[in-house]
Amino acid sequence: MVVESCGIRLCCRRPLAAFLLAVDLTLPGQGCTVFFGPSGAGKSTLLRFIAGLDRIDGGVLYINGACWQDAERNIFLAPHRRAVGYVFQDARLFAHLNVRDNVLYGLRRVPEATRRVAWQQAVDLLGIEALLPRPVATLSGGERQRVAIARALATSPSVLLLDEPLAAVDLARKQEILPYLERLHQSLQIPMLYVSHAPEEVARLADHLVLLDQGQVVAQGGLTETLAQLDLPIQLAEEKGVVWQTVVAERDATWHLCRVAFAGGSLWTRDRGLAVGEAARVRILARDVGLSLTAQSHTSIQNQLPGRISAIVADTHPGLALVQLRIGSSPLVARLTERSVAALGLQVGGAVWAQVKAVALL
Amino acid sequence: MLSADDLLAIRLTLQLAMVTTFFLLLLGIPLAWWLARSRRRYKGAVAAVVALPLVLPPTVLGFYLLILMGPQGWLGQLTQTLGLGLLPFTFPGLVIASCLYSLPFVVQPIQNAFESIGDKPLEAAATLRASPWDAFVTVALPLAKPAIVTAAILGFAHTVGEFGVVLMMGGNIPGVTRVISVQIYSHVEAMEYAQAHWLAGGLLLFSFVVLLLLQRFRPDKSFC
Repeated sequence: MVVESCGIRLCCRRPLAAFLLAVDLTLPGQGCTVFFGPSGAGKSTLLRFIAGLDRIDGGVLYINGACWQDAERNIFLAPHRRAVGYVFQDARLFAHLNVRDNVLYGLRRVPEATRRVAWQQAVDLLGIEALLPRPVATLSGGERQRVAIARALATSPSVLLLDEPLAAVDLARKQEILPYLERLHQSLQIPMLYVSHAPEEVARLADHLVLLDQGQVVAQGGLTETLAQLDLPIQLAEEKGVVWQTVVAERDATWHLCRVAFAGGSLWTRDRGLAVGEAARVRILARDVGLSLTAQSHTSIQNQLPGRISAIVADTHPGLALVQLRIGSSPLVARLTERSVAALGLQVGGAVWAQVKAVALL
Repeated sequence: MLSADDLLAIRLTLQLAMVTTFFLLLLGIPLAWWLARSRRRYKGAVAAVVALPLVLPPTVLGFYLLILMGPQGWLGQLTQTLGLGLLPFTFPGLVIASCLYSLPFVVQPIQNAFESIGDKPLEAAATLRASPWDAFVTVALPLAKPAIVTAAILGFAHTVGEFGVVLMMGGNIPGVTRVISVQIYSHVEAMEYAQAHWLAGGLLLFSFVVLLLLQRFRPDKSFC
């Protein structure tokens, strides 16, 4: 078996209650990979396999060149010998220690030579400085989860595993924690494997997406490409749409707009206070995209992007069609009526102008 | 008031209870850990044996120990071969008997605590690089601390109050095996009710204070 020196190679098979978990994946050794799928699809089992908490015989696991498990070579590293950071859904802070000692617990057990995340960095990234002297029983759900993330991070893990870290907190807390996760994602080199069944977390955090259903990988790839696939076997969100990684290129103070650049062009959207040069993710829903054969001059629509049609399929309703197109190299999906498709004579390979009514800055 | 003999009995009782509690914790914590976490089939049998002193009359326990440790019992033969002599009617013999007699009072609270702590904090510790032993010492034991304190108090108090096992195993030798309860019995036999009152009342007060103390060590939530 070829083992890449970078990247995450994992292979495991285990019969679960209702189906066989059979996964054979090579994932990028950096950025955030989200395992997405319905509850009970085997996502958490995968993370527990990676951490060594569930022993799955015959599994194979290499993390950026380091072997953690390989039946052929008779290797199985005990959980405490694996350089993982694990964030559990239920925080699992130690009740007999205060916040500081919780975060120090793992840090102290890592040899100084292998510490790559400094104590202060872990504390600052999660904004827990003020919480340090407090007993964990006094923390709110959101604070608890931030401490748990800092605690995992402080061990300088080779891979950070997050098992639905937001599933147990309410909506307001989610909005409190998500920005911290985004910062983590942007400022750290540590690959993140993130289990979720919330489309919003996928849109905001994922670079790479693995869709799991009944223990099988049904689709995987880069976030933008995977979202733009027209024939995904499981529905990712109520609305079909794509997410683009962009950079703020210009701000228009007069109209409170900002221009974000992507591979193949740029878009105007509402200014949300991001500085020029900052990374921004935008989501464009298929229902907000219209197509025309020529550029329109008298229109309220701010964004018109030239592109080429790459696929047309029927949507769930017989009167609707999904049209996938490419703006430069970026994929976009438009939802049109079948009648429009016929009236405009849209065909795969045809040149069109995409008119984007709304762009959501995530 | 208390006679010299009474004071001797009190001192002996406290000594016995302290030594017994020490050995009970040493033995009971690993045993409770094993009972809480093992998935062996014979675990139930072991748990039942541990619980036996709860239902067995102390005289029965004392009787079998006497036979086991006597010159014909295998334990007695073992101690004799080792040059330790026979254990019945000695202080060490009394300690062994007391340990068995109070075992469930120490093992069960600790076992319950370990069970309610469960796998979760230990898994978290493992992902934070703690070996199983490290996690046991730095996570499981501190989380079980209230239960361990409770167990120690119960074990101590229960040993102070034992009578039947001592009588069967230790007889009534002043300074060696004559503990408070036996001393009370002797006083009553001799119609020395006033002397008996002092000791009996003292034990009553002691027991009440212990139970009052226990209220303060109710186990709290194991983890958050």
